[in-house]
Amino acid sequence: MPRVSPKRRLTAGAALVVAALVTTTACGGGDDDDSGGGKGAGYNASLNKVANPSKKAGGTLRMVGKQDLDSADPQRAYYGMSWDFMRFYTRQLVSYDTKPGKESTKLVPDLAESTAKISADGKTYTYKLRDGLTWEDGSALTSKDVKYGIERLWATDTITGGPGYIRQTLDPKGEYKGPYKDTSKDKLGLKAIETPDDKTIIFKLPKRNGDFEQFLAMPAGSAVKAAKDTKAKYTQRPFSAGPYKFAEYKAGKKIVLVRNDKWKKEADPIRPALPDKIDVTISANLEENDKRLMDGDYDVDLNGTGMTQSGRVTAVQKHKNNVDNMHTSFVRYVALNHNAKPFDNVHCRKAVFYATDFAGLQQTRGGELAAGEIANSTFPKAVPGYSDYDPYGILARKGKPDVAKAKDELKQCDKPSGFSAKLTARNNNPGEVDTAEALQAQLKKVGINVSVEQLDGADSASITGSPSVVKKRGYSMQMSGWGPDFPTGQGYAQPLFDSRFLMENGNYNESQIKDKKIDALFDKAIGETDPVKGGEIYKELDKRILDQADWMPFLYEKNITWRGSRLTNAYMSDAYNGRYDYVSLGVNQK
Amino acid sequence: MTEAPHEGAPGTAGPRTVLAYLIRRLIAVIIMVLVVLLATFTVFYMLPKWAGQDIAVLFAGKQAGAEQLEGIRTKLGLDDPLIVQFWDFIKGIPMGRDYVNGSDVTHCPAPCFGYSFRTEAPVWETLKDALPVTGALAAGACVLWLGAGVLTGVVSALKRGTIWDRAAMTTALGGVSLPVFFTGMIAMGIFVHNLGWVEIADSLSTDDSIDVWFQTLILPWIVLAFLNAAMYARLTRATMLEVLGEDYIRTARAKGLGEVVVIRRHALRSAMTPILTVFGLDLGVLMGGAVLTESTFNLPGLGLEAVRAISSKDLPVILGVTLCAALAIAITNLVVDLLYAVIDPRVRLG
Amino acid sequence: MTELSKSGATPDGAATTAVSTSGAAVGEVVSGSPASSAFLEVRDLKVHFPTDDGLVKSVDGLSFTLEKGRTLGIVGESGSGKSVTSLGILGLHTAGQYGRRKAQLSGEIWLNGTDLLSAPADEVRKLRGREMAMIFQDPLSALHPYYSIGTQIVEAYRVHHDVDKKVARKRAIEMLDRVGIPQPDKRVDSYPHEFSGGMRQRAMIAMALVNNPELLIADEPTTALDVTVQAQILDLIRDLQKEFGSAVIMITHDLGVVAEMADDLLVMYGGRCVERGTAQQVFYEPQHPYTWGLLGSMPRIDREETERLVPVKGSPPSLINLPSGCAFNPRCPYADVPKDQITRTERPELREVGSGHYSACHMSREERTKIWTEEIAPKL
Repeated sequence: MPRVSPKRRLTAGAALVVAALVTTTACGGGDDDDSGGGKGAGYNASLNKVANPSKKAGGTLRMVGKQDLDSADPQRAYYGMSWDFMRFYTRQLVSYDTKPGKESTKLVPDLAESTAKISADGKTYTYKLRDGLTWEDGSALTSKDVKYGIERLWATDTITGGPGYIRQTLDPKGEYKGPYKDTSKDKLGLKAIETPDDKTIIFKLPKRNGDFEQFLAMPAGSAVKAAKDTKAKYTQRPFSAGPYKFAEYKAGKKIVLVRNDKWKKEADPIRPALPDKIDVTISANLEENDKRLMDGDYDVDLNGTGMTQSGRVTAVQKHKNNVDNMHTSFVRYVALNHNAKPFDNVHCRKAVFYATDFAGLQQTRGGELAAGEIANSTFPKAVPGYSDYDPYGILARKGKPDVAKAKDELKQCDKPSGFSAKLTARNNNPGEVDTAEALQAQLKKVGINVSVEQLDGADSASITGSPSVVKKRGYSMQMSGWGPDFPTGQGYAQPLFDSRFLMENGNYNESQIKDKKIDALFDKAIGETDPVKGGEIYKELDKRILDQADWMPFLYEKNITWRGSRLTNAYMSDAYNGRYDYVSLGVNQK
Repeated sequence: MTEAPHEGAPGTAGPRTVLAYLIRRLIAVIIMVLVVLLATFTVFYMLPKWAGQDIAVLFAGKQAGAEQLEGIRTKLGLDDPLIVQFWDFIKGIPMGRDYVNGSDVTHCPAPCFGYSFRTEAPVWETLKDALPVTGALAAGACVLWLGAGVLTGVVSALKRGTIWDRAAMTTALGGVSLPVFFTGMIAMGIFVHNLGWVEIADSLSTDDSIDVWFQTLILPWIVLAFLNAAMYARLTRATMLEVLGEDYIRTARAKGLGEVVVIRRHALRSAMTPILTVFGLDLGVLMGGAVLTESTFNLPGLGLEAVRAISSKDLPVILGVTLCAALAIAITNLVVDLLYAVIDPRVRLG
Repeated sequence: MTELSKSGATPDGAATTAVSTSGAAVGEVVSGSPASSAFLEVRDLKVHFPTDDGLVKSVDGLSFTLEKGRTLGIVGESGSGKSVTSLGILGLHTAGQYGRRKAQLSGEIWLNGTDLLSAPADEVRKLRGREMAMIFQDPLSALHPYYSIGTQIVEAYRVHHDVDKKVARKRAIEMLDRVGIPQPDKRVDSYPHEFSGGMRQRAMIAMALVNNPELLIADEPTTALDVTVQAQILDLIRDLQKEFGSAVIMITHDLGVVAEMADDLLVMYGGRCVERGTAQQVFYEPQHPYTWGLLGSMPRIDREETERLVPVKGSPPSLINLPSGCAFNPRCPYADVPKDQITRTERPELREVGSGHYSACHMSREERTKIWTEEIAPKL
């Protein structure tokens, strides 16, 4: 009989007691309906429909998050949650419709009276502003404020971090130096935007881009009042044009938004603006955050990254009516670097596709509910371009590997006994290292010896995002996740696959694909202003990538999200990668 | 014979000796802090650079163009040699600093530890907010654990071998072996979620009332004190047992002193020396930020700032927090050394 | 040296009555009251310490008396029980011993009409330092390193005298002056580590005598000191004894130390008394082979090193399992002198061999006198 030391017995005993305590305390006694006072609206009640529809105003919406906004400055934010949150206090010419699911990706006029009037050549976009637009100090919001806000994107050494789409589209050569170096009196020297009067704004594109309105819908297209622009410090106190304004912002700790009484409902058809106050707490302890969500101390998770393992077990078992299984539009993938031998050979790449046990990876990340569905296409389901094309029979085999075919491909690649590869995984992404190690074990069965290299996710832009560093370190496979900046093929796939997006730093074309055909398909699709036709082109592009086995998607991410019982008007928005549409949320007061 | 008294050799150090000693020690502290800073600076700014990474990318984020990165490098002086960059940083602390890229000038007022890459706020603002939280956490926990630990240890020593002693030492073993996040989560589960006795504030600032601070900190204090009190109880017990066997304790009893006086005046004072040594180290480390405790309870102190800064590669904040931690450790050590001289006259300030 | 007659150790009536006539026969005396009007009377004292290996009988049936103004020397090897005896008298035998295993004491210790063993602990505590004080072997470790000499003396004084600090300090300076510390008003604030060894012992003595105790126990007071300083300290103790008229118990392993001071001597071996008498008797007519060994180990200036007797062969006995019969028999060169191996089977009683002179030995008076005068004395 094995000897157990008294010390160990003691610890084991303590652990048992604790486990019992945790289970009882975590859910306030285990009663199904008492969490946060009230019953949840039902499992998945926010998917493609509105949970607890209501128009009742008042109350405080309490949000919690582990991570703060990457920036509160609309021109500098890049996180999906920040974009979602910014609709509380920023306004753009057009914005996403405040409707559930797929309908959320439709653009509707916001500051503008209608969507753009596009010239026949597709290069001139004209907007007329609504009446009654104001800033939080009551001053009128004009077309010049819109132009000024967009111009800030050109001040690239100060206004860092945000997306560069508008800048690259309007001024691909980088001639304008930004408003802070602008010598003109009104600081409105950008020639591509014209503001003939306070109500009109005209964009002149050097080249067609069917997604240009999508760019303008991002917070990067927000209006900023020049007199209130504090440059780099704008993030500390953005000046509001929306229904709420900042009462308090302590970076990394707390955000308090209160009603902006100068905002006029009649001049804003999309924002319901139900709560009187929005209170955001940034708290580092994820488990504790989950508990307090379940206790009803908070209503919703700001980050929208899903619950922790312990949290979701309790939530699903005891409070299923408060749970939504969100589709995040994120794709988990492994990039196969063409510049690292033997992945220059398509057969070696295909061997990886056949040898991978997709179902195994899904299990490692937490199963279908918490991890997501097995992927076949490089596009997520919410982005036009997705199809059920399945050249490697992954879905047909329910994710199981085909070892015989993998070995056959290895033979064709002239590596019948396999080869070695280095796979990177980010150690701050929950489960990614485990998944990489699972893949390592799977590939070993066909002789592909993978060594897993852990990286700090915060370093990704300068390590995995730098082809020279990748080459120096001999990385050949990179595991990561990717979601669309905006729901079109351009917003999702171009940084991943277009050879012209291969950059020395912050590169996301990690497979280092240089395929003229793909580049041409992007050009064709972007020039297409009809989204349906554009989608067909992206389907073709997806097939090409899959046939070439350039980039291996393995999961369409899903997560378990808590929907507080007090929440009204909650629905999942595809435009915000499967988060609730924050600007529509309200709370039931008791 | 050698009975001749050494005249005019006063035992205690005079005020001048103390001052000279203090100055010498302070210089040593400054040198030590500088070395720690240089090492941190090298690790976070230079090693990635030498490995081919571009620090400017950390600052710029996604989709940064080459020209943009160039501008950032100029402004932050990232292309300067290590020593120049380091000197600029050090100089900025007392003098303030201007970040210049052509006509674009950002002024950072003294004490300038740089600007956060992430929040654009001066690092000093962050430190200023975090210090009171860490200070309050450390102070409260220290008082608790020192009191509880020493008391338990003394009683345990006096009742050696009894049930009391065994129970106390077993509890202490538990305290030493259970990690803070574990006891912390349990404590919150019971007292916050189940019983609702305490209400933990979402954040803490100097504007909040004493009551808010107290309610928010009481659990962290207890949890942290539990962990450390355990160690102090064991340490106190061991030293007390040793001291109680000393001849001078016997002398004290031979004088006819009561047992309480013997323990308090004679035994405990001697036993304090090793306890103080460990206490100084612990307090110093704690002042540098109790990372686990602060993360578990979401206390916006230095430890939590450190975690945030490191996970988001916010280099200026990392440097600032490191500086605070190094200073805290150095200063508490200095104070402990001075206290030695107060407690033990044999320790000369030399 | 050994000028035995110097310190008034000449046998006279007082000397003989000072040593109790009760030997192993204490039981005859009615317990619960002092057997005599002696200042200090110890009756059948036993101090036993329970340990994992068994019961350590450090002192096992010891009796003696002592009058004021007289000095009793207790002599023996380390482990013979002499220090435990002194600690037992002061009630300090448990010093530093916390927990379940406490020393077991039995017998009686009468001091000025109070039985210290049956008196309440607090009453004994009040006597400690005031009625009976102690000087320890190593003054460096016996003084608290963190407190100044003055503070420690003041503390000793104020425990028993309700006076303010100033008065106590004056008293401390007075005492330091009395024990021969120069510039006592300055040195009073010095710390023990700033004193030399001899000075420390002087301070220790000052502290012990600060309350004018009637009984002073000096436990190897000179062992840790230089030879030159030893004599000074002994002179000091003797002078002070005359001045204060206290009774003194001088504990030592060195007969030379007590030769100058003691009126009476008590030789201990294995926790028991093996010989007792006036200093004169013990030095000039020793009646126990162990005493002979001790005398042989005394340093002599007038003899060459190599000529000295080898003191006592072998090592002290285990206090848990004393040898059967006479505890000294394994080391005794004359163990086979008495008939029938009696030394190995029977414990010798303490018997009077002269007026007030007792010895616990199986050999007959004649045998011992013969061996002493013929074999031992000539070599000394």
